[in-house]
Amino acid sequence: MQDTIDTQASFAVSDTGFYGRFGGAFIPEMLYPNVEELRQNYLSIIADPSFQAEFWQLLEDYVGRPTPLFLAKRLSAKKGATIYLKREDLCHTGAHKVNNTIGQILVAQRLGKKRIVAETGAGQHGVATATVCALMGLECIVYMGAIDMERQKPNVDRMRMLGATVVPAKSGSQTLKDATNEAMRHWINNPVDTHYIIGSVVGPHPYPDMVARFQSVISQEVRQQLLAKTGRENPDYMVACVGGGSNAAGAFFHFLHEPSVRLVAAEAAGMGVSSGHSAATTALGKPGVLHGSRTILMQTDDGQVTEPYSISAGLDYPGIGPLHAHLFDSGRGDFYAITDDEALAAGFELSKLEGIIPALETAHALAALDKMSLKADDVVVVCLSGRGDKDLSTYSKHL
Amino acid sequence: MDTLTTNRISALFEQRSERLLNVYFTAGFPHLDDTRTVLRGLQDAGVDLVEIGMPYSDPVADGETIQQSNGVALDNGMSIKTLFAQLAGCREEITVPILLMGYINPVLQYGVENFCRMCRQVGVDGVILPDLPLDLFLAEYAPVFREYGILNVHLITPQTTDERIRFIDQESDGFIYMVSSASITGSVKGISDGMRTYFERIEAMNLRNPRLIGFGISDQETFNTASQYANGAIVGSAFIRHLQDHGTSAESIRSFVQTIRP
Repeated sequence: MQDTIDTQASFAVSDTGFYGRFGGAFIPEMLYPNVEELRQNYLSIIADPSFQAEFWQLLEDYVGRPTPLFLAKRLSAKKGATIYLKREDLCHTGAHKVNNTIGQILVAQRLGKKRIVAETGAGQHGVATATVCALMGLECIVYMGAIDMERQKPNVDRMRMLGATVVPAKSGSQTLKDATNEAMRHWINNPVDTHYIIGSVVGPHPYPDMVARFQSVISQEVRQQLLAKTGRENPDYMVACVGGGSNAAGAFFHFLHEPSVRLVAAEAAGMGVSSGHSAATTALGKPGVLHGSRTILMQTDDGQVTEPYSISAGLDYPGIGPLHAHLFDSGRGDFYAITDDEALAAGFELSKLEGIIPALETAHALAALDKMSLKADDVVVVCLSGRGDKDLSTYSKHL
Repeated sequence: MDTLTTNRISALFEQRSERLLNVYFTAGFPHLDDTRTVLRGLQDAGVDLVEIGMPYSDPVADGETIQQSNGVALDNGMSIKTLFAQLAGCREEITVPILLMGYINPVLQYGVENFCRMCRQVGVDGVILPDLPLDLFLAEYAPVFREYGILNVHLITPQTTDERIRFIDQESDGFIYMVSSASITGSVKGISDGMRTYFERIEAMNLRNPRLIGFGISDQETFNTASQYANGAIVGSAFIRHLQDHGTSAESIRSFVQTIRP
């Protein structure tokens, strides 16, 4: 795929919110004022010194940043390359999600919003949102698929303990995409006082860009840490899992325009790409519009959104962020489809080799290492996006 | 296929400008083959425009009632292709203007030009695609809609700024769909003072396009109130509930329309 890269291509968002032919803001007029208010203000809010000071202070003192860049020696020896793990699993709440919710709640405050609404699949983004709402004293409503609420009860309890109202999404398939629909409907019904904290680099512009900026702290730290450890800023490979793609967007951000860094995305193949039970969006999807942006999504020939499947609830989404659609389309990113079994095996492998139990989402990124043609002198960074505590019941079935 | 033929929607508003009734129903609901039956029933009951919903798996601007009808229609096997097949030849018996309402993704997969061509061929006069915003429509799709003479009706809401309303008015043909309150379909009960203030504000803007008010119109009282401030109103969820409970017979549809506009 290397020779198909357009070296002149831009991977930054355009003024109208496009990454190549993907992105934009495909929203009903009812959402136009909310999204437009955000679009007009997000860059100046983020650039403001008071925002910057508060954001970085919270990332340091509350989230626990910078997160370590850990040289995984035994994993490196086994895979035949130098492999570093970016330890987002050590963030407060157990995953990278909180980088974004800290940023967005500070934006919401500066827009004068009184209430936060969010969607969640596995509950990680819901917990990260409920956490910052508690921290800032804002009302929090989280929509979660009714089926996901049963599957992820500990996270439902966490959100409630943090003071959030968890509302079951009972429409459609009662999972993440339906929770997203319900959160959007809630925002339509409450346009003035509510901010919608989207949890990934999806949704209408400016969400994909805003979320990528907040998550970009991941690659910013990787560059500094890699330089200090190895004398070079750029790895040969940056590897991350992609559901909607927020940890990948953050991990790739500062390397997007560094062609020497291969960007590797691991998608969830579920029971196999062709099994009918998969969430491998780039392998199975076609261009279309989902949740406010033009992207690649899994759909029928008639354009109905199909229900994805993955063992990992965080990758169980029928689309990907428009940035990732553009990375795939342009050849800038290498996309691998990882099955449930391959992810489980990679999760067990890392646990035993390095004493780190990864989230099932993250395990997909680790499994991609076996699909890549690594050389002995390659330097690889894997974004260890989350910890596996939440997945113990799934892992334990395969012990 | 003379594209200069006056569009039926435009012709309607030239003839009449008061108390117009537009009724929405979902294609293929409650049963796959009910589309033509309901369309005929609405025409016979005297409605002025009919809005046929193209069902979608993720209708974010719609409330529970229309979502469920979309789900039932999809389970029945409804698609845009099937809808055009059902509408083929309908102009031999149907004279009322027809709008198709739906979301952009199924239309994109069908192909926008194919879609417009088939609308023209079967006698559809306009479309309402809530998640295709005006700027993106103008940038990419307006010429093909114009080529086939298909009107694209745009929405305004209480939060839409005057400046944007002027822009939408300038770029619209047919009519403007006034969403009565910040809401999804089927979630509004009655007409509040705040809504009246918004209706009055828009009325005072003297827009070039006629206006129909939708969302929260479910009975004679709300229809009458909306008609005081606009050229008429749109009923959706209330009719879907009626079809669900009372069936699709001509009598059932007539009795529903009587309750809205006796």
